[in-house]
Amino acid sequence: MHRLLSGDLPRSRILTGVLLVIVAGLALAPFLFSGARPLNTAATICIYIVLVASYDLLLGYTGIVSFAHTMFYGIGAYGVGLALARVDEPTWGVVVTGLILALLLALLLALVVGLFALRVRAIFYAMITLAVASSFAVLASQLSDLTGGEDGVTFSVPEVLSPSFLLFENEVFGRYVDGKVITYYLVFAGCLLLFLFLLRLVNSPFGRVLQAIRENEFRAEALGYRTMVYRIWANCLAALVAALAGALMALWLRYVGPKTSLGFEVMTDILLIVVIGGMGTMYGAVVGATLFILAQNYLKELMAHGSSALEGVPVLAAALHPDRWMLWLGVLFILSIYFFPIGIVGKLRVRAWLARR
Amino acid sequence: MSAILPTAQADAPLPAAKRDIAPLLLVPVLMLVMLPLVGSFPTWLTLTVAGLAMGMMIFIMASGLTLVFGLMSVLNFGHGAFVAVGAFSATLVLLPMRGWLEMDSLLINLGVLAMAVTLAMVVTGLLGWAFERIIVKPVYGQHLKQILITMGGMIVAEQLIHVIWGAETIALPLPTALRGAILMGDAAVEKYRLVAVVVGLVVFIAMFLVLNRTKIGLLVRAGVENGEMVEALGYRIRRLFVAVFAAGSSLAGLGGVMWGLYKETLTASMGSEIMVMIFIVIIIGGLGSVGGCFIGALLMALVANYAGFLAPKIALVSSIILMISVLLWRPAGLYSNSRS
Amino acid sequence: MLAPEPAHDAPLLSLRGVHTHIGQYHILQGVDLVVPRGELAVLLGRNGAGKTTTLRTIMGLWKASAGAIHFDGRDITKLATPDIARAGIAYVPENMAVFSELTVRENLVLAARNGPLDGARVDWICGFFPALRKFWNYPAGNLSGGQKQMVAIARAIVEPRKLLLVDEPTKGLAPSIVQSLIAAFRELKERETTILLVEQNFNFVRSLGDSVAVMDDGRVAHAGTMAALAGDANLQQRLLGLSLDSHQ
Repeated sequence: MHRLLSGDLPRSRILTGVLLVIVAGLALAPFLFSGARPLNTAATICIYIVLVASYDLLLGYTGIVSFAHTMFYGIGAYGVGLALARVDEPTWGVVVTGLILALLLALLLALVVGLFALRVRAIFYAMITLAVASSFAVLASQLSDLTGGEDGVTFSVPEVLSPSFLLFENEVFGRYVDGKVITYYLVFAGCLLLFLFLLRLVNSPFGRVLQAIRENEFRAEALGYRTMVYRIWANCLAALVAALAGALMALWLRYVGPKTSLGFEVMTDILLIVVIGGMGTMYGAVVGATLFILAQNYLKELMAHGSSALEGVPVLAAALHPDRWMLWLGVLFILSIYFFPIGIVGKLRVRAWLARR
Repeated sequence: MSAILPTAQADAPLPAAKRDIAPLLLVPVLMLVMLPLVGSFPTWLTLTVAGLAMGMMIFIMASGLTLVFGLMSVLNFGHGAFVAVGAFSATLVLLPMRGWLEMDSLLINLGVLAMAVTLAMVVTGLLGWAFERIIVKPVYGQHLKQILITMGGMIVAEQLIHVIWGAETIALPLPTALRGAILMGDAAVEKYRLVAVVVGLVVFIAMFLVLNRTKIGLLVRAGVENGEMVEALGYRIRRLFVAVFAAGSSLAGLGGVMWGLYKETLTASMGSEIMVMIFIVIIIGGLGSVGGCFIGALLMALVANYAGFLAPKIALVSSIILMISVLLWRPAGLYSNSRS
Repeated sequence: MLAPEPAHDAPLLSLRGVHTHIGQYHILQGVDLVVPRGELAVLLGRNGAGKTTTLRTIMGLWKASAGAIHFDGRDITKLATPDIARAGIAYVPENMAVFSELTVRENLVLAARNGPLDGARVDWICGFFPALRKFWNYPAGNLSGGQKQMVAIARAIVEPRKLLLVDEPTKGLAPSIVQSLIAAFRELKERETTILLVEQNFNFVRSLGDSVAVMDDGRVAHAGTMAALAGDANLQQRLLGLSLDSHQ
């Protein structure tokens, strides 16, 4: 276990417990819950964990604020999605081709943006990535012939993954093991591998240099590390993982569109999760993404109840309306930055450490 | 840039007061170059006025942001909130007084607009003050947290707009006297755009005068260079920061009202939508430079308009291409005088 | 600096046991310094001894982590920099910190807190530094190093102040300008301005200073009159690693 987690143990019993529950829940999701919605939630959680963890690599470990992360996510999604949409026969070969093209594009963009902008101040870089990412999003929705525009594109997936495919004749633990379930396990396995890869990365010498650069770039340079090179590597790796996450999402949804893949909403979600979960911890992505997606799907119902209960009260009713869930998230986000700069995971770890003394 | 050491003789040459002319020429040169490319004068005039109008409005919105950054090294990623709040606050005057706006009297229309703008600027100024105290001050000096927390502030502000004003978009038709166009020969120039250009020029000149002819302006210009030394001269620069922040927010509110009227609709996300353009403009102009911001805004808007006419395919990315071109020429923007 | 003076001659500035930390570096390790009223006190020491840090701590730009600083009867240890400046201290930093985008005139106007520039005083200053008059309306950034130094000092004296803190004014300056500086400091002393001067150039200060303190490793290693130090070559050698007439 120690080696599997690359030596980066949770270091807190509560955290370990929570993580085990999450992993078990995700691993057995098709059989623990029935229906499409919980499975969809589970798949989204898996993918967001990887998406946010790859962002944590940039933000938490290297100290780079980038707004272009969703762009790479979208590139991965569109790469696979458009490839599958354009052909008559959705084969694995098509999937792989689309994926490779997407990864190449992501790598290229990450390199170009990195080389151009990573040597300037962090603030400059943040603004430039914002500009680049939104241009890309506008481009994607405008080139509707190619990308399906605002509405996006639906497509078929390889036979094994399609819902009509049945692996076994009979139900297993109450669920037919159809293409959807198989896709789910593809997503789950893929995300697990990617997460463990990231964990290994941040606990390697490479990861330590990144953290050194985040803490004190000047000193890192003085020690002989070419910080630019490291940051570009981090940028590219994060972009590639995000693209892979996007590809998985495309396979799951069998749909790509600017709102789900490229919108600024996704970027804000990532930021919220990474800060609330805990920057620079990797596990923060796990805990944060789970809480966030669960809340996004199920908390809104609660809010709707609250809102109708407060029907007459003018401002409060509007404030509790489920569409306003971003308001509360935003407040929580701001409070997190003040009071939990280390996030949930950080807090749990500090608690455990203090308890041990 | 060192001058010749003064010798004992009285006729030693004085150092040249180096003036950076090149950026000042960009806008006029662009306009002139485009004339033959566009072909017809009326079309060129329409495009140019449209570009200038849009540029002025973006300048008004962006100027506060760049000044705050130059002075305080604070980049307010939530600046768009002031744009949106300004526009929505104006509706508190503009909607009830719809009748007056529909009258075809320039004086009355402008009067109502003036009231709306004043309200918007007061509200956003106060919001700016509160924003600085509550959100920005605690993370002073930590750029990473600043970016995150100001973004959070904008999200909350936008959501509050939804809560207070409702989620739908609000239509904001132009006042009657400002609708339509003036005919200049073959060219039709929209009245509102002319108003925007005038207002933009007034704001720019006012800022220029304040910065260059008043002691406060002196403090701001000195503070942009070396805030510590300004403190060592006995000035409490923190108070100046807050004042500049509030003033910048106020300007963003003004810009928001103008922008809302320009588009004739308001949405809660109008602020964040415009942030990208504002960022491009202040990057082009150079963080901290009001003059650079002015030129950058005009350039960006003009390029977008000309490109939209000449080469619609690249129009979308024209702003990015412009930004990259400027950065290749001057990596820190057109004018950069703040500490690097 | 001599032993504590009797009450009616209370020193204008006194530091007692001042420590300053910058990050994790413990720069000032218990500085004791006394500057009598009306004197030109000199702070000597090699690079890294803590001289600049001492000035910045007095000015409040860095906060003392321990100890007390008293100025003109007040405890200024915890005051904010603008308030320290308003108490009557003017600071001329090592890098001059002249505002490049502002003209010479604007630099001085900014420094004149109490109202418009006093024409007579400006004339007096331009007497030492004629270049100021010549470049009055030029951006200060266009000036040479020596001229900028003049601007920085002019800024500090454009209104009467009780104490001037000056950090290595002669660094990199031509000898003729150094002469102007010496004349200026002499006249300032006559006008009852107290000066604390940080220098590495011993020859510049030996005829100028009344009292001297030598710093080493964040502490004052020696304090006494300038006359005593100037006359004792062995002491100079020991404290400053100098032989006579070295240092340009």
